[in-house]
Amino acid sequence: MDFSTTITLNGLIQQFLVGLSRTTILFIVSSGLSLVLGVLRIPNVAHGSLYMIGAFLCYSISTLFGAGSTGFWLAVILAPLGVALISLAAERGLFCHLYDREHLMLLLFTFALMLLCRDAVKIIWGSNYRSLSPPEILQGSLSILGMPFPKYNLFLLGAGPVVALGLWFLIHRTKIGKISRAAAVDRDMVGAVGINVSWVFASVFVIGCFLAGLGGALVAPTQNITQGMDHTIIMEAFLIVIIGGLGNVWGALLGALIFGLTDSIGILVWPQFSIVFPYAVVVIVLIFRPKGLLKATW
Amino acid sequence: MVERQNLVASGYSRLTWLAIGLGFLIILAVSPLFLPRFFTYLLALILITGLVTTSLNIALGFGGMYQFHHAVFYGVGAYTVALMLTKTSLPPALGFILGPIVSGILALVMGMICVRLSKLYFGMLQLSLGSLVWVLVFRWYSFTGGDDGLHGVPVPKLISSVSGSYYFTLIVTVICLILMYVILNAPFGRILQAIRDNPERSESVGVQVRLHQLVTQVIAGFFAGVAGVLFVTVEGSTFPDMMSWTLSLEFLIMCLLGGWFTFLGPMLGATIIVSLRTLLGGYTEYWTMVLAIILMLLIFFLPEGVLGYFEGLYRRRSASLAEDR
Repeated sequence: MDFSTTITLNGLIQQFLVGLSRTTILFIVSSGLSLVLGVLRIPNVAHGSLYMIGAFLCYSISTLFGAGSTGFWLAVILAPLGVALISLAAERGLFCHLYDREHLMLLLFTFALMLLCRDAVKIIWGSNYRSLSPPEILQGSLSILGMPFPKYNLFLLGAGPVVALGLWFLIHRTKIGKISRAAAVDRDMVGAVGINVSWVFASVFVIGCFLAGLGGALVAPTQNITQGMDHTIIMEAFLIVIIGGLGNVWGALLGALIFGLTDSIGILVWPQFSIVFPYAVVVIVLIFRPKGLLKATW
Repeated sequence: MVERQNLVASGYSRLTWLAIGLGFLIILAVSPLFLPRFFTYLLALILITGLVTTSLNIALGFGGMYQFHHAVFYGVGAYTVALMLTKTSLPPALGFILGPIVSGILALVMGMICVRLSKLYFGMLQLSLGSLVWVLVFRWYSFTGGDDGLHGVPVPKLISSVSGSYYFTLIVTVICLILMYVILNAPFGRILQAIRDNPERSESVGVQVRLHQLVTQVIAGFFAGVAGVLFVTVEGSTFPDMMSWTLSLEFLIMCLLGGWFTFLGPMLGATIIVSLRTLLGGYTEYWTMVLAIILMLLIFFLPEGVLGYFEGLYRRRSASLAEDR
């Protein structure tokens, strides 16, 4: 054990902020997963692959436009749209024929999709890792309490609430949100009152996958874009969705906060085992509340 | 669902099946004498993978539980024996016995938490508990070797050669398969299948559903641990990927491919996928794409698996024959 790093208040606050910016990415990705799980009941293992594709697309688009600021902002908008397009094709071509199957079948089907995506990424982008620098305004760092803090992470801190508000608006204030909430509870009834459930499902699936792509695009400048990205994020996203309550978007927010913060605070306490902390917290939560912290939609 | 309870497609007499099985066993027993070393190793790997998937199928196909993270028990069995052999000077036999037992105990602990829920919730809970075990093994460098794993495990001389480990694997696998077959055909196994088909009704006729599921977890975990021990014997090493979620999903695919309502289906599925991976892996680095396409076609057209499909075909034919008479 190495307790040589003394825990100072400033260090704690800084780690807290780092944790929050990590939380943003985790929230964006896992809220999409939760949405799809809640409304369509698909445990989408390929969600992590879409996140990875989002990151690679973001890299390619921004280099296509000259790797400058405009290229980056275009990429952040276009990459998730590209991912959404891919998911639309997958939903209309494949998933819509499988809705009546068991969860296990759907899980394995999305696993097949994940394998397919992994090889597709390997074919298109090769197996080298890529890196992308943030746009000029967001380069460098600000000093917070005498400690340097990357500007890009501050940007992420701002992006999280925007996405959360957008999702809230979508779910509670738009027609498609209302229909999808109803479909999550009783899809046969929604169909019986004359709503085309199939297209509602398609749009919810596309929105969920868009969020995966957005998470991937936003994370691209903060880390190496590699082949293994899908593997780590999908595990974390699933755990977040489980502790939040299946299908509950606010549960995903809560879960992401728990996961992101325990990870970053854990680095201060016990660096070698920092990644173990969130997993342990997840297990402790589930022992006491096996169905998650907030109410699941089903 | 009632028809699926027949473990062996009825029609042929038991004696015929016994003869086929024995013939197969003799072929497996003499094959190392003719096959090159690599294929002997491959056969051992197939047997081990088949043993894990068969143990998975006890919980999945016969117990109806969503066993999402079965690889954990496989990995823990392997790590137990590897750690016993490398870090302690206790007799090796003790390690070989302890491996499955530790897996069984882990399955008991995880099961006590998981069987409170069913279906997808059960699977999700098992997934999160299993990933905690995985991340611990992955990070605890001083104890488990972290992401490098443990290599050069001093396996006893008698079973460390290619053919020695093969025969050891073959004997243990056959014993385990017989044991599992007996368990599934005993009253316990029948009750388990009744629980799978209708948990509410089973509960109301006085079956202790949760207890039966817990025991099933322990049995499945124990046999997965046996397979983990065999893996160490054959490979001489362990690594954290042995308990990764991806591997668990691959095991599920093998069950699906072979047919999860049949006893030997998972073994067939393991044979197909392990051979495909080895043979195709030599030609192309994109072999997972082939696997993905096979899996998608399977889910669309053959959801009962290869063996399940043929069993269904056979049953329909004999039913129509009976009608003709």
